[in-house]
Amino acid sequence: MLEATDLHVEFPGRGGNRARAVDGVNLSVGAGEIVALVGESGCGKTTLARTLLGLERPTSGRVAYDGAPLSYTGRALRAFRRQVQLVLQDPMGSLNPRHTVYEAVAEGPRIHGLPDEESVVASALARAGLRPPERFFQRYPHELSGGQRQRVVIAGALALDPKVLIADEPVASLDASVRGEILALLLRLRDDLGLSALVVTHDLGLAWNIADRVAVMYLGRIVESGPTEDVLTNPQHPYTQALLSVLPESPNRIVLTGEPPDPTRVPAGCRFHPRCQLVAQGNGTAACGTQPLPILPAGTAVQVACHVAAP
Amino acid sequence: MLELDELTVKYRIAGGEVPAVRGVSLSVPAGEALGLAGESGSGKSSVALALLRLLPRSADVGGRVLLDGEDVLSMRWGRLRAVRWSSASIVFQGAQHGLNPVRRIGDQIAEPLLVHKLASGAVADRRVQELLSQVGLPAWRARSYPHELSGGQRQRVMIAMALACEPQLIIADEPTTALDLMVQAQVLTLIRRLIADHGISLLMISHDLSVLADVCDRLAVMYAGRLVEVGPSSGEFRHPYSQALAAAFPTVGDPASRLAPRGLAGDPPDPQQLPGGCAFHPRCPVALETCATSDVQLRASGAGRTAACVLVGE
Repeated sequence: MLEATDLHVEFPGRGGNRARAVDGVNLSVGAGEIVALVGESGCGKTTLARTLLGLERPTSGRVAYDGAPLSYTGRALRAFRRQVQLVLQDPMGSLNPRHTVYEAVAEGPRIHGLPDEESVVASALARAGLRPPERFFQRYPHELSGGQRQRVVIAGALALDPKVLIADEPVASLDASVRGEILALLLRLRDDLGLSALVVTHDLGLAWNIADRVAVMYLGRIVESGPTEDVLTNPQHPYTQALLSVLPESPNRIVLTGEPPDPTRVPAGCRFHPRCQLVAQGNGTAACGTQPLPILPAGTAVQVACHVAAP
Repeated sequence: MLELDELTVKYRIAGGEVPAVRGVSLSVPAGEALGLAGESGSGKSSVALALLRLLPRSADVGGRVLLDGEDVLSMRWGRLRAVRWSSASIVFQGAQHGLNPVRRIGDQIAEPLLVHKLASGAVADRRVQELLSQVGLPAWRARSYPHELSGGQRQRVMIAMALACEPQLIIADEPTTALDLMVQAQVLTLIRRLIADHGISLLMISHDLSVLADVCDRLAVMYAGRLVEVGPSSGEFRHPYSQALAAAFPTVGDPASRLAPRGLAGDPPDPQQLPGGCAFHPRCPVALETCATSDVQLRASGAGRTAACVLVGE
């Protein structure tokens, strides 16, 4: 459905070093599939999502939708964005406080010149769980609760009848008791409408709650991917193992020292080796510090980019 | 160590008042870590601020806050200043905003020492070095400015400041919110070690029950300005709200939550328009008819546990 092939995105950095935010990624989101892209801040997951939406142009590599490479002309991007829609975090920041709910949801259909605007808006609101939709038409964001605002943002994305949703931390700014309902909505949209979704998050519990597949990103690369049950209950990559080990319920913690690294200075060899607990315990190999790892292909089976864990 | 007795906080606004905290009684014995959980609007941060009288003038605070037997709410201003930092100190969320961007880290850590005349000159410098090493930062960081530090390091500096005057109680309001998973784990490990080493009491406030359960001996859950449950963090929750809050953060690997996110219908109530009866009844999955009319106080429900629900008994 939506596919990234050997994608690189670089930004000019301080002191002339280029920041390799996305540094070689293959990733696909299949029809009706929910993929969670997890990683810490600064790992490049948001840049990858923006590039998949056509908001950022890759330095090299390509984004393809339904097998056709994305072309960066205005017209092609407009057609693409009817199919692939973004759901932002922080609904308070992404909704215009002076627009009514109706205006907010009607914006997309207007830009794309869809006929019968009112019924498009009503049906999008209803699908996002705001029922009856007419009751919400004239409301302003400040009159709504956090959960309702996030539903309005989702309705805005649904109004164009997209095939893929890209959701960046869709529940990060919501209250705990409300978040389950929004996640359940994403699952229902997949079941009822066959929507695909790429959910960008730092929250492994969220991935466990809704994702079919998980891709773990570290410093611009995907280091492990595969079906959610496999990756989250039997992680192979030492970074995934460390991430899961610091969840509150887990018995043996592996707390990595240091901060998430700097994309302007990607270490040689395996990019994780300076923080790797296997290397620190002397269980690494000579290759860890010297030999770069190949980019993982965009498959659905379990894959690991590690000199030690790889079969 | 710390005792709250029927604490109430009301904010005066144009045309009325908003009851944010509606009678909270709690105690944190010496050396104990208590977690206070709740969602936005539950009143948990108002509790934290009321403890050291840090609320704005528009807030009316009632009840008693006893710190080592002394009532903070009726203290004279001079005494209150002495109590802040040296008896009890606060670590806020959002470490980026708690530090002065144009002053060096070391000077900021030394400030409470100098203000309280606990040290000066070389002695203060040595104490700053000691504090930095306690929170796992190298001594040369004393000469850094806040922008040269990462979010996790800034939060460590905030903790060093809170420790400076060797308080017996630390109040930590969402100390790890906005930090990455791995950095959060580092900061929680640090907090756990410090309270164990120094025998400090901790009141930690968070929306995330799993983080609290990780660090604290006992947990208290707030909803709509009241406690709905207090109990040991090792046991099972009995109140339907605490149960729902706990289920909202699934355990990775638990088959029951796989592809089955759980939450509550509806939203936390507006403190200005609280529902009658039990404030939780409109969202409660197991509410009875009486819940709409009769309010329930905390009652015993098992070993060391109290919960405010009609369905809960010994």
